[in-house]
Amino acid sequence: MSLNIIVLAKQVPDTRNVGKDAMKEDGTINRAALPAIFNPEDLNALEQALRLKDANPGSTVTLLTMGLPRASEIIREAIFRGADGGIVLTDRALGGADTLATSYSLAQAVKKFGNYDIILGGRQAIDGDTAQVGPQIAEKLGIPQVTYAEEILDLSNGTVTVKRRLESGVETVKAPLPCVVTVNGSAAECRPRNAKRLMRYKRAVSPSEKAKLSESEQAFVDAHPYLQLQEWSAAYVDADPEQIGLPGSPTKVKAIENVVFTAKESRRMDNNDEQIEELIKELIANHTIG
Amino acid sequence: MANFYTDNPDLKLHLSHPLMEKIVALKERDYTDAEKFDYAPVDYADAMDNYDKVLDIVGEICGGVIAENAEDVDHQGPHVENSRVIYADGTQKNLDVCRKAGLMGMSMPRRYGGLNFPITPYIMAADIVSRADTGFENLWGLQDCAETLYEFGDEDQKQRFIPRVCEGETMSMDLTEPDAGSDLQSVMLKATQDADGTWRLNGVKRFITNGDSDIHLVLARSEEGSKDARGLSMFIYDKRDGGVNVRRIENKMGIKGSPTCELVYKNAKAELCGSRKMGLIKYVMALMNGARLGIAAQSVGVSEIAYREALQYAKERQQFGKAIIEFPAVYEMLAVMKAKLDASRCLLYETARYVDLYKAYEDISKERKLTPEERAEMKLYNKYANALTPLAKGMGSEYCNQNAYDCIQIHGGSGFMKDYACERIYRDARITSIYEGTTQLQVVAAIGNVTTGMYGNIIATYQDMLVTEELKPLKDEVEKMIEIYNKAVAAVNEINDPEYTSFQARRLVEMAADIIMSYLLITDASRYGSESMAKSAHVYVNMAKAEVAKHSEFIATFSPAQVEAYKA
Repeated sequence: MSLNIIVLAKQVPDTRNVGKDAMKEDGTINRAALPAIFNPEDLNALEQALRLKDANPGSTVTLLTMGLPRASEIIREAIFRGADGGIVLTDRALGGADTLATSYSLAQAVKKFGNYDIILGGRQAIDGDTAQVGPQIAEKLGIPQVTYAEEILDLSNGTVTVKRRLESGVETVKAPLPCVVTVNGSAAECRPRNAKRLMRYKRAVSPSEKAKLSESEQAFVDAHPYLQLQEWSAAYVDADPEQIGLPGSPTKVKAIENVVFTAKESRRMDNNDEQIEELIKELIANHTIG
Repeated sequence: MANFYTDNPDLKLHLSHPLMEKIVALKERDYTDAEKFDYAPVDYADAMDNYDKVLDIVGEICGGVIAENAEDVDHQGPHVENSRVIYADGTQKNLDVCRKAGLMGMSMPRRYGGLNFPITPYIMAADIVSRADTGFENLWGLQDCAETLYEFGDEDQKQRFIPRVCEGETMSMDLTEPDAGSDLQSVMLKATQDADGTWRLNGVKRFITNGDSDIHLVLARSEEGSKDARGLSMFIYDKRDGGVNVRRIENKMGIKGSPTCELVYKNAKAELCGSRKMGLIKYVMALMNGARLGIAAQSVGVSEIAYREALQYAKERQQFGKAIIEFPAVYEMLAVMKAKLDASRCLLYETARYVDLYKAYEDISKERKLTPEERAEMKLYNKYANALTPLAKGMGSEYCNQNAYDCIQIHGGSGFMKDYACERIYRDARITSIYEGTTQLQVVAAIGNVTTGMYGNIIATYQDMLVTEELKPLKDEVEKMIEIYNKAVAAVNEINDPEYTSFQARRLVEMAADIIMSYLLITDASRYGSESMAKSAHVYVNMAKAEVAKHSEFIATFSPAQVEAYKA
C-alpha cells in the first residue's frame, strides 16, 4: 500500500546553543545571533515517516513548513535524508502568527495538498515549546490526533497503531486514517543525510531562491524538475486574511522578563511521610503547586 | 554536537591542494559522467563542493554517533555465537548509520553504485572516522578491498560484488595464517578444484580483521606441491555460499570493537580473482599498499584525538595555581604532539594524491591507450606513491603511538585510570605500527628508495616550491639536513653490505622522512597561509634537525664490526 505522508516541520533558532546575545533588549529573540536549524522533534517525525515509506514502497513523504523563504533549507535537509519533496508556506501576511493562526494556515495548506493518509510532526518546536500546532491542525481538519508518539508500530487496513510515551509509562493506541501524529523526542533519531541524495538534490531551490541564480543555473533547474521546490502563498491556500498572521493571532505578548530562579532559603526534613505531607499541604496552601 | 570535519580546518586546506584539479579531472574523465548520473559533478568546483558536503556528513556522523559509541564498543566488544560474529551494539549502530549515509564504496565507479571519489577525500574520511573510533575505522575502511576487486576481478565479478559493497556489505582480506604472518609466502590454505572446475578452500586463517564479513578476499595455495609465493592465488569467498566458520575471536589489547577472527574453511566454495599464481606477487601487494595508506590515515586520526584530549585536559587541569598548559614541560609536549600530527597529515595527503594520480592513469589505460607523456607520468607517480606509502604508514603509526603516550603523560595519574579516553586511545594506537606490515617491514619497503636516490628525487621536487618570508629560514635549515642525509647515505652505500645497510636502514629512512615532512609542512603552511601549520613547521624542523644530527652521528661514528655486539 503506498501512502501520501505529510511531515510538518519548522525551522527554528538553535536555542540549545544560546549565547548571551540571544535576546534583544526588548525581550524578543535575536534571530541573527542564532543559527537556524531543523526543529529536533520534527526530525524524529521525519524518521517515522521515512520508516513508513520504507515499509510501504511507492509512498511519498512531503515536508510542509511555514516560515520565511529561507525555510527551504530544511526541505533540502529533509530530502537529503529521504523525503521526496516539500512546500514552504511563505507570505508576509503570515508573519507574526501565534499557534492558532499558524495551525489555521497549515491546515489550509493541507487541504490544498489534498489526498493524504497521515500527517506527522514533532511534538513541539524548541522556540515556542507550546506543543499546540499539531493538535490544532487535527481539530481544524476534523481528524483524530495521537500525541507523544514514540513509535508507529503498525499501519494497515486504514488504521495506525502508535506507541505513546507518557509521563508514567507507555500506552499503545489505534487511530483510523487519516490522522495527525505528533512525535516525541524519545523516538528513534532521524537517519543521516545520504551522500548520493545530497549530491543529487543540493541544487534544489524554491522559486524565490531560483530567481537569485544566474541564467544558466536557472536553466539547469528548469531542465531538472526534481530540483524544483514549491512555495505557496496565503492566497494560494485560500486562507482568510482575518485568520492569519497578526490579525488572526489572539495571543498578545504583554511583556517578557528574565526570571532567574534562586534558592533563597533551604529547609532540612526528616525522611518520613508526615513531614512530606506537611510540606505538600504548605505548598498547596501558598499556591506553589496545585 | 561536534562535527569532526568542520571543527578541523586543516582538512579543508589539504583538500584544496592545487594538484586536486588534475586528480579530479582524471578521475571524472573530464566530467563526462554528469550526462549519465544525476549525482555526478559537472565541473571541478562542483566536484569539490561534493567532497566538502559529503565529508560534512562524515564529520557529523563521526562527532554525533561514532565517537559517542566508542567507549561502549570498547567495553562490550564483539562475540561469537554459533560460529558467527555478533558486533557490539554500538558497532552495529555505526555500520547502520554509515550505510544509510551511503558512505560505503566511496571510491568505486558510479556504474557499480559507488560515489567515484578520488582516494584523497576517501582517505580524509578515514582520518575522520579513526578519530571517532579507531577500531571502527577498520570495519568501515575494509571497503578498500573493493578497490582490489575492481582492479583485478573480471567484469562479471565486479558487477556481482562491487554494488553489494556500495550498498553496505562488509569485506575482509583473509591473508594471515598461524605460520604465515609477515611471511605471507608460507600461506598453506588449500585451494583445489572439483571436477567441474569449482574451487574449494580448506584450512585455517588467523588474525583476520572482520573475518565474518560478507565478501572475503582470500590468499590460498592453488598449486599443489608449491612452497613459495608463486603457488598462491587470490579467491573471492561469498558468505552467502557458506563453508567458513569463525572458531574464535581474539581478546585484544585495543581496537576491541573490531573482531579479529580465526576462520575455519571447510570445502568452502570460492572463485578465482584474476590469474592463478599472481595472488601474492601482484594482487596482495596492491591490496597491502592500499591497506597501508588506510593505516596511515587511521594513525593520523589517532594522533588527532590524542592531541585534542591532551590539549583539553592541559587547559582544564589546574596545579600550583594555574592551568598545567602554562608550564614549559607541558606546552612543549603539546607543541611536539601537534607538530607530529600536522607533519604526518601532510605526508598522508601527499601520498594519497600520488596514489590518486597513478591509479587514475592506470584506470584510464584500461579504456584507451595512454599517450607517452601520460605513461611516463603514471610511472613516476606510481614510484612516488610506492616510496611515500611506507613512510606515511611507518612514521605516522610511530607518531600516533608517541602522541598517545604523551596524551596519558599529560593526564598524569588520571591518565592511568580508566576514567579518561586517553587509556583507550593508547591501547588502540598500539596496533597501528604492527599490522599491515610492522614499522620494521615499512623500513624494508622504504630502504631501496634511500639507496637508489628516489627519496632524493622527491625531495628535489620540493626545493623550488614557494615559501613565505617567515618560513624561508626553515627551508635553509632543511637544506642543511639534506647535505647531512646525503653524507650518511653515501657512507652506508660505501660499505656495500646488504646486512649492514639493513642494520642502518631505520636511521636512514627516518632521516629521509624527517626531511620530507619538514618540507611538506613548510610548503603547505606557506601555500595555505596557515598560522598553525607554520607554528608546527617551526617545532617540527627543530625536532627533525636534532633527529637527523643524531642519526648522522650514529652512522658516522659506527664501525661495521660493531654490529656483532648487537647479536644475541
